[in-house]
Formats: sequence, C-alpha cells, structure tokens
Amino acid sequence: MNWIIENLPLIGQRTLEHLALSIPPIVLSFVLSVPLGWLANRYRPSRGVLLTVLGLLYAIPSLPLLIVLPIILGTGARDSINVVVALTLYGIALMVRTTSDALGSVSSDISQSATAMGFSPWTRFWKVDLPLAGPVLLAGIRVVAVSTVSLVTVGAVLGIKSLGLLFTDGLQRNIVAEVLAGMVATIALALLIDAVLVLIGRLVMPWTRATRVASTRRARLTAEAAAS
Amino acid sequence: MIEFRQVSKQFPDGTLAVDDFSLVIPSRKTTVFVGSSGCGKTTILRMINRMIDRTSGSIEIDGEDIVGLDKVKLRRRIGYVMQNSGLLPHRKVIDNVATVPLLNGVPKKQAHERALELLDTVGLDRSLANRYPSQLSGGQQQRVGVARGLAADPNILLMDEPFGAVDPLVRAELQQELIRLQRELDKTVVFVTHDIDEAFLLGDQVVILQKGGVIVQKGSPTEILSAPANDFVADFIGATKGKRALHIDRRDGREIVLDSEGRAAGVLVDGPTGGSKDAPA
Repeated sequence: MNWIIENLPLIGQRTLEHLALSIPPIVLSFVLSVPLGWLANRYRPSRGVLLTVLGLLYAIPSLPLLIVLPIILGTGARDSINVVVALTLYGIALMVRTTSDALGSVSSDISQSATAMGFSPWTRFWKVDLPLAGPVLLAGIRVVAVSTVSLVTVGAVLGIKSLGLLFTDGLQRNIVAEVLAGMVATIALALLIDAVLVLIGRLVMPWTRATRVASTRRARLTAEAAAS
Repeated sequence: MIEFRQVSKQFPDGTLAVDDFSLVIPSRKTTVFVGSSGCGKTTILRMINRMIDRTSGSIEIDGEDIVGLDKVKLRRRIGYVMQNSGLLPHRKVIDNVATVPLLNGVPKKQAHERALELLDTVGLDRSLANRYPSQLSGGQQQRVGVARGLAADPNILLMDEPFGAVDPLVRAELQQELIRLQRELDKTVVFVTHDIDEAFLLGDQVVILQKGGVIVQKGSPTEILSAPANDFVADFIGATKGKRALHIDRRDGREIVLDSEGRAAGVLVDGPTGGSKDAPA
C-alpha cells in the first residue's frame, strides 16, 4: 500500500501514457472500419474474403507483431507508433464485421423510403444508414476500446511506456502492490473510456433513448391492457 | 399527366413483373391501382419515380420522358408515401416532414415553419413536432408520412398501400382525411392498394390489375360496378355477393334495399343526397 501512495505521480503518468496509446487505435479502427465495413456489406463476393482475412488479423499473437512491425515500418523498436498500428489492426479485426453487420441491419423499408425521398446514395449513407447503424457500431467500439486498453500493456515487454510497465517492473522487483496498482488502473481506465463512449452515444443518438422509453411504455400499456 | 407507353419490367432473375403496360394517368385526379399481391402494381408505381427502372417502353410526365431526368432530382419533385410510414427513426417529426425541402437546400428555419403548417394540414397537433416517430401511434406516423410527401409541394403524390398497416378505424379516418386533402390540394395522386373498397372510395380512375400488370378493367367506380368487364372483375369487386349485391324489396309501400343475405342495407330515397363522385359538377 505504501508503494502506491509514494508512487502516485508515477501511476498517474503511466495512466496518461496508457491513455495516449489507447485513444488513437480506438479512433482509427472506428474510422477505418467504416469504409471497409461498407465494402463488406455492399458487395457479396468481397464480404466473405474481407471479413475472414481481417478477422484473422486478431489471431496474430501481439508480442511477435510488436517485434515485426518496426522492421516493416522502419520505426524504432520502442516507438509508440508500433503499438498504435498493431492495436489498430486488432481493432479493425473486431470492428469491420460489426460495422458490416450494423450497416446490414438498417431496415430496407427505411432505406427505400430515404431513396424515394430523393437522398443521393452518398447523402443517404452519411445521413441515414450510418446514423441508424449507430447503436450497433457503439456496441462494437466499446468491445474494441476495452480490448485495446488491455492490449496496450503488452508493449511494456518491449519497454514502451504504459501501465504495463507497472506489471513488468513489479514482477522484476517483486512488488505486489505495483502489479495490483497496474491492474486496477488499467481496469479503471477501460471503464472510464467505456463510460465516455456511452455518453457520446447518448449525445449523438438522442433518438435511441426516446425509442426505448416509447417501447417500454407501449409494452407496459399492452401488459396492463392484457391484465385488465 | 403521366403516360405509360408499352412499358415492361423484367427483373434480373427473369421475372416479368410488368408486361406491355400502357395507361394515361390524368392530372389532378386520383388513380388507384388495385389487384392481388404479385400483380405488379407496386412495380408500376415505383417506375414513376424511378425507384425501379423500366426495361422497355417509355414513361412520360407532362410529355417529358423520365429516362432523361436525374433520378434524385426527379424523386424530390414527386411525393412518396409508403406502408409503415418509412419515417426516419433518428429524426424528429418536424425534421422528417422537412426532409425534402432540407435536401433541396431550403434554410432550416423556413423548412421547419413549412413543416409545422403541414402538420396542421394533415390534422396533427404541433406539439408532436419534437417527438421521434417511435413515440407516435401508427395512425399518427402515417399522417406524418403524408405530410412529408407533401412537403416539397409536389404535383404528383405516389402512395404505396399507405393505410395497409393501420387498424380499420384509423384507416377509415385516414381515407376521409385524404379525400379532404385531395379536395384542397388537387394533386395527381397515384395510389396502390389491394383493398377494392378503398379503391372505389378514393379513386376517380380505378385500374384493376392482374398478374404481369395486365389491365383487366379501368374506369370510374360507377363504370366498373355497373359493367364488370368479366367474371374475374365481378368476383374481385364482390358484385355477385355480400354487401354489393343489393336488391330492392317492397314493404309497407317503401322500397327497401337488401344485400345478398337478405339483410337490410338501406331505403330508396329521391335523388342524390350528397356529392357523388360521378355527379356532374
């Protein structure tokens, strides 16, 4: 316990470093998955190939990937870019399938009615399909976020600064409190980012809450009507 | 005026949905396509705003072949109302109604003012403007759908079984509302239904279709009722049975109208009491 109190500034700094490594892959995998998911959903032949290949990315073990990436990218072994690229690849592996399914789940009635109103395909994608895919996209990106925050720690083995360093350092020096602090801080960070994502979801998709309230109210009314 | 000339539609899977279809749809009247499912009525309707492109033949709106027009622009000048309203669930009622004007670049404030007026037109309270479609009843959603179809003040309004999914009471109400609206707005309405009663109620011109978009009979409701073209039509409009097969019986000096089951349907009085659709203006 003493270790934690004495090293609060260090934990704080590692947390910020961890956050700085987590945010870019989460954002990048979301942004990159949109065109890839669209492609997978739009053309039947590309769907199977794209989803399988991208899904397999997740099967690449993280440690070797972090060792190989600097060679491919020509970056330094401890460059944080390696972590960002590796975790973006994992993020895409999880997110493209979700994005494809999310776009596919938009009701064809609504798509057709939007087309009939005179939405061009481009406008329809941004103003109708993508927003309506929002709830599923949010569910997907929450998984990516938690997975990313947890995977960032692997970089510590190569000396890349994050909360993971508390694990490696704590193990080497046999300080249990340091390892525990690293774990708790990682989980807390994951929960925080998750909460922020949920909040963003509520702000940009106010209609999802209205819909939920309306359907529960309707369900209750139906139940009451059935009971009486 | 919308004119179909020998229009055919074959889908990629080989189905010939519409075969050699020709028809003139007069302006400022309501034309109703009626037929069982699979008769091609929705395909014909959707060829007007090029949701479906015809395979051969020509379709002209006011003498202009629509094949030369930009699809997106064409759709924005044709109102479209469909079953289950097709409202955008992520937009408030007011934004749904203002969809087409907003797409056309009308300033938001102006588009919203117009949308509120349209809510009045279709008999909805303005307090619903800021709700989401899911917070409305089915009948209210359909009204919003009609308001949205009218928002860009189109000359043509396409309605694809718009009242098919609401309960009979609400449907009757919406039908009366449409008749009132049409009297005020004078649009060219093209309406698709499988309900012959609805077709006779709303249509100035009723077109009875059979598989492949084959016109079995077209005319005013009176013309079709008084002279069904064949047994199929007679059967379809129920002229041989039920509440349409009426006969007169004389009781206590009054003429009573009975249906085919012998139940009283009404009495005979002198002259028309209301504005019949076919009465001379």
